[in-house]
Amino acid sequence: MTTTTQPAAATKALPKLPWSRHLLVTAVLAVVLIPLPMLLDPAAEAVAIRVLLFAIMSISWNIMSGFGGLFSFGHAAFFGIGAYSTAWLQVEKGVSPWIGMAVGVVIAALFALVMGVLALRYKLKGAYFALVTLAFAEMLRLWATNSDLVNRAVGYHVPLRPEESWWWMQFAPDSANYFFIALGLMILGLLVSILFLRSRAGQFALAARDDDEASAALGIPVVRYKVLTMMVSAALMATAGTLYLQYYLFIDPDLAFGSAMSIQAILPAVIGGVATIWGPVIGAVVLGPLTDITATLLRNPPPFLDFLAGRGGLDVVVYGILLVIIILVLPKGIYGALRDRWSRR
Amino acid sequence: MSLLTVEGLSKSFKGLRAVDDVSFEVEQGAILGIIGPNGAGKTTAFNLIAGAIKPDAGTVTLDGKDITGHPPHKIAAAGMARTFQLMRPFYSMDVLQNVTVAVLAGGASEKSARDQAAGIIERIGLSQWRDSPTEGLPTAALKRLELARALAIKPRVLLLDEVLAGLVPAEREPVLGLLEELRTQDGVTLVFVEHIMAAVMRLSDSVLVLNLGQVLTQGSPQEVTSDPRVIEAYLGEEPSA
Amino acid sequence: MTSQPMVADQETRTPTPSAWWARLPWLRIGIVLAAVVAAIVLAYLRSGSTVVVTQAVVTGILIGGVYGLVAMGLTLIFGVLDIVNFAHGSFLAIALFLSYYLVAGMGMHPYLALLIVLPAMFLLGALVQRFVLAGAMGKPLENQLLITLGISLVIENSLLLFFGANPRSVSLPGDQGVAILGAVAELSRILAFVGALVLAGLLFLLLRRTSLGTAIRAVAANDAGAQMVGIDTRWIYMLTFAIGTACAGAAGVLVAPLVTIEPVTGALFNIIAFVVVVLGGMGNVVGALLGGLVVGLAEQLGALLLPGQSPLLVVFIVFVLVLLLRPQGLFGRSGS
Repeated sequence: MTTTTQPAAATKALPKLPWSRHLLVTAVLAVVLIPLPMLLDPAAEAVAIRVLLFAIMSISWNIMSGFGGLFSFGHAAFFGIGAYSTAWLQVEKGVSPWIGMAVGVVIAALFALVMGVLALRYKLKGAYFALVTLAFAEMLRLWATNSDLVNRAVGYHVPLRPEESWWWMQFAPDSANYFFIALGLMILGLLVSILFLRSRAGQFALAARDDDEASAALGIPVVRYKVLTMMVSAALMATAGTLYLQYYLFIDPDLAFGSAMSIQAILPAVIGGVATIWGPVIGAVVLGPLTDITATLLRNPPPFLDFLAGRGGLDVVVYGILLVIIILVLPKGIYGALRDRWSRR
Repeated sequence: MSLLTVEGLSKSFKGLRAVDDVSFEVEQGAILGIIGPNGAGKTTAFNLIAGAIKPDAGTVTLDGKDITGHPPHKIAAAGMARTFQLMRPFYSMDVLQNVTVAVLAGGASEKSARDQAAGIIERIGLSQWRDSPTEGLPTAALKRLELARALAIKPRVLLLDEVLAGLVPAEREPVLGLLEELRTQDGVTLVFVEHIMAAVMRLSDSVLVLNLGQVLTQGSPQEVTSDPRVIEAYLGEEPSA
Repeated sequence: MTSQPMVADQETRTPTPSAWWARLPWLRIGIVLAAVVAAIVLAYLRSGSTVVVTQAVVTGILIGGVYGLVAMGLTLIFGVLDIVNFAHGSFLAIALFLSYYLVAGMGMHPYLALLIVLPAMFLLGALVQRFVLAGAMGKPLENQLLITLGISLVIENSLLLFFGANPRSVSLPGDQGVAILGAVAELSRILAFVGALVLAGLLFLLLRRTSLGTAIRAVAANDAGAQMVGIDTRWIYMLTFAIGTACAGAAGVLVAPLVTIEPVTGALFNIIAFVVVVLGGMGNVVGALLGGLVVGLAEQLGALLLPGQSPLLVVFIVFVLVLLLRPQGLFGRSGS
């Protein structure tokens, strides 16, 4: 081949990598959002916290199912482990939720390790893999519902403390501190997903998602990196469980491990754009306020919707319709579609 | 001692002996061509050697180390790379990223991986497509990408599955030149399956003929192509020039 | 679903021209039967009461037939359209509410509701396939999973929105306990089982003995090939989805007298149907019926084996074991 000795000067400079830009946007986002609680009334702040919670959950789902290509239908398993670890340690043992969060992160990652090794060792793919994740979450739900260890179907109320405390992660209901914690966790989630993708492990995970045989032929231990991706995702999801518990002060098996929670982790990423850094955040911003908008609508319904006054479920109906429309019209999600349009120009 | 030794390799699918008692050796720096009519078991033999399928019987030894039935990633790490007959790029990545991942898999540091990958792309003659997504690349570019990725892990043995198929004659020549250079400059040992006889004749030190899963004969390119049994095996399927 | 097999498998299906019963996996059926017998014996040792165990077996088989019918629809859709339909249970929920309104609102006999619900669900299935799912045919598995998930969210929560969450029930006139094989079962349960078997039999005949059935099976085996011999695959996709939805609808009518009718009831059946489908082998219609019986028994005997735990826990343990050890299903042909 004659090109071998061609001087390097003849080649184009290597294109810039997107990571520093992603990190910059993350930093800007953090700085811009910090003063937000001063501008929001308590109701709007509650919506903002729900948006952040959605975003954390969906960033987590996106790591495993978007970047890792391992479709999870049971992300509630990791969420519930986080929430229940925190609740159990706090209520039964008097341990700070921060430590509970750390314990939940570790247990969730170990749970993902077991689940991943089992499912991937037996080469489950596609729908079969998704069904295994669903089955594991359901088994946890059924176990928690009938286990004295975790208070059966009753679940846990976090005991109210007389004064605000960072150590106990408990504040007045409209305190901005909940917002700051949620924001911190979401920024952490973004950093995790950006830095993971940039790392060797993340690159191997992407390659394994695209083609596991070709990856293995290059010497990449595919199962190891897929399981690692699941563990990173699970760990992040567990922190959302702790946050949920501390903010709403209550958890039970159906809330924690039920498929509604898994679905809430899936929807923002799909609507914003699967396998993109910003898709889950954009999806969360779209979906988070819907519950309040529909609830307001049904509290004072327009005349033709009168018969629906006080009913629930409209928000999820809208989620469902959005989901179907997005899949049919914008299969790459909002961010994915916008990105394609920009890069085509 | 030979670098790659295959002994008594066998594999059946539902009673059909796809690869039946195949043995051969390849010396360090040698080039072995494998030919045979369609369905002779060439790709299956590759899959067995590279660990994609576990053999029923037989051994594969790489540099004195038994690697029979090891998982593909361990075999790759032990120094044997392969390309796929049907190109399998990482579809979400552009050409540079594809090769960068392979360089990382070969153990390079995250810092230097991209520069190394760019160097390999340059050498393989893919520069024109370096920043293109793999979707929509012409076959010739995808074939080279397969080769670039395999080279990126700095293999001692390279298994090439029909790396020339789908290329027009003008596109074949640079690839052949590159393969020769890999042997002379890099000391890479090549085992390649190929239908295009001119390429087999030009590159191979030795040619192994498979038919119905078995070794029909092995010898120099001239010996093999004048062997009446080989011609008979190809009957009705004239070796293409 | 993509065209690649979801489970790495080097072997390919080779059709053998023997009679269908000769191709049944007798050995595995034997192993499953042995496992069921072992579970029965263990349940007896655990509970120490023949009556309790007999009751569990009878109840398990009766409800298992209905599970089988629900799962037959789901597995048929999977086999032909390659869609993992997460909305299947919500179609069943629609049928439950339809039955409720026909029975409680219009005074119809619970089983006569079948005459209206069956065609209504068939039509609904056809419409959903034609106007929603058709746009996602041939797309990646995830898209289809998500689209059916979206449909199930819309259906389930529309039911919640329009009918509220209060539980309802349908009662069968003259429903009473009937002694059967030393156990007692409500008449409605027995009729649900018989009805499920009859409908399953009809579906089986439709698939085996009619030209439509042949066309459906042809599309399931190879849609490109079916298209080449002149089968309109889009039409078959629509009809198959409609038939599958009608199965869920029929099951809804049959179980209406047995269950609490709430928007979430469908979700429970959905999960069970998935378990049954995997047990029977995805796409395997006869396997679904057998799988239904296994799940019904696992649920009832599981309650005896692990007292204090949810009966579903045992179902899921069986499910995960089957997924890991034999994802092609208990009753699938070897290697296929």
